[in-house]
Amino acid sequence: MDKDLKRSIILDNYQDKSNRIRHDNDNNYIKTNTRINTCIDNIDLYIKINNNIIEDISFEGEACVISTSSTNILINLIRGKSIEDAIKIIDNYKKMIDEKEYDKDILGEAIVYDDIYKQPARIKCATLSYDGIYKELVKYRDSK
Amino acid sequence: MNREDFPMLNKDIIYFDNGATTLKPKCVIDSISDYYSNYSANAHRGDYKISQKVDSMYEGVREKIRNFINAKETSEIVFTNGCTDGINRVVFGYFKYKLKAGDEVLITESEHASNILPWFILEKSIGIKVKYIPLDSNYEVTVDNLSKVVNDNTKVISLAYVTNVIGDIRPIRDICEYAHKNNILVLVDGAQSIGHIKMDMMVDDIDFLCASAHKMYGPTGVGFLYGKYDLLNDMIPLEYGGGMNAMFLEDGYIELREVPVRFEAGTQNIAGIIGMGNAIDYINKIGLKNIIKYEHELKEYLVSELSKLDNIIIYNKDTIGNTVAFNIKDVFSQDTAMYLDKYNICVRAGNHCAKILNNVFNVNNTCRISLAFYNTKEEIDKLITVLKNSNNIYKEIL
Ligand SMILES: Cc1ncc(COP(=O)(O)O)c(C=O)c1O
Repeated sequence: MDKDLKRSIILDNYQDKSNRIRHDNDNNYIKTNTRINTCIDNIDLYIKINNNIIEDISFEGEACVISTSSTNILINLIRGKSIEDAIKIIDNYKKMIDEKEYDKDILGEAIVYDDIYKQPARIKCATLSYDGIYKELVKYRDSK
Repeated sequence: MNREDFPMLNKDIIYFDNGATTLKPKCVIDSISDYYSNYSANAHRGDYKISQKVDSMYEGVREKIRNFINAKETSEIVFTNGCTDGINRVVFGYFKYKLKAGDEVLITESEHASNILPWFILEKSIGIKVKYIPLDSNYEVTVDNLSKVVNDNTKVISLAYVTNVIGDIRPIRDICEYAHKNNILVLVDGAQSIGHIKMDMMVDDIDFLCASAHKMYGPTGVGFLYGKYDLLNDMIPLEYGGGMNAMFLEDGYIELREVPVRFEAGTQNIAGIIGMGNAIDYINKIGLKNIIKYEHELKEYLVSELSKLDNIIIYNKDTIGNTVAFNIKDVFSQDTAMYLDKYNICVRAGNHCAKILNNVFNVNNTCRISLAFYNTKEEIDKLITVLKNSNNIYKEIL
């Protein structure tokens, strides 16, 4: 993908407000925060799971352009998916970040970060929410 | 000033993160290497010439520090691993035994984590109460505001002389005077003030002061704790072992050595301590007065130039001190730092380990420029040009 297109996808997702919704007082949502892994990015994530399906997912917070945009893209990718499919998507995404073999077709817009390894300082930004969501999904799956 | 003394300044970087750590002049680096190359022996074992030299260098640094902060006695200076270590020693070696449930400790929301967390732990373990002195509209501490939260239970005021967030200088002399009238002890976190302002233990009448060498052109992993003699004499060491005991018997009887060596168990960071002494010599050679004057001019220049840019928000325009907190409008601080890094300009993005300040500051993250005397107006001009041309910031960082 060419650099300009990548940049415009990242910026669109950075500025998109449609997933920026808080559900602090709704017990149907699992809440998690990325702050545990970093001093600076601070994203609250809200995940609503029903019958093994991610019925809704949203976020709010303050973070850099890479972590905000990658969160937005992931949310769009896994909303409506089963837990297994979502886990598979995140696994694939992590493979891409780690420069391993991965299935491009299920990653949608997330492939804009396929060369983030060239900026080691930003790998954490591109994986922050993925790690947070992954942990919650696995926790949910294993509790069933 | 004195840029040629700093090897790091040959690396084509603009270093504006002096609040995190300062660069080291060659003389400091050389003094450490000299110890390892020419008289590498342990201290307090003076049975041969090079060991005696180590002893005299080691104790000489104590005197240099005493003189630098105008303490009364060299015995009031304890070597530590740094500021964090010093604060922990005072909180858990002194106040843990002097305070009781219900006693109150006053801090502020702009303290560094190292001056908050030890108090939180003490709060949990012995039931003291940590309270906050309200900050004024410039996020600063005033004696007036302090007096509003002092009551009969207030036993300690623990403050940074200069904060790492906005670099404001606290009226420590007045605070100590007020505190002592009310039987309150004052612990001062000197991490950001050391080497940038004059701290005078006798005039300020500070009870405890902690500092790190690495923020005053010295090596990492070393620092000092100042305490009034009677307080130190009443402080419990947190570490036990060689060098700090006078004698011990098989039945468990221990007699400790005198203050301050009582607090220096085991082999100390001798190379670091020697480097710290050299850093003090270096500062004295330039002259703290000259440093203060120059850094002040530079800060004024930085603020006046930044103020001319309408895409920049400055959060501490009116603060005296060598730190500026700012953001590019609508850009997250870390993205700004990444952008500046492309031009080899080093600034710090974040909440500067003062996480609870968010409540007051209304903005969670800022970029911080903290100046040192080797920074120049030319460097500031370069920064301004880069910030001025930041319209395409995402094109550059993505
Ligand atoms: C105000 C303040 N206090 C304490 C510290 C801790 O110093 P050190 O990490 O050297 O122990 C710092 C360091 O950033 C600081 O800025």
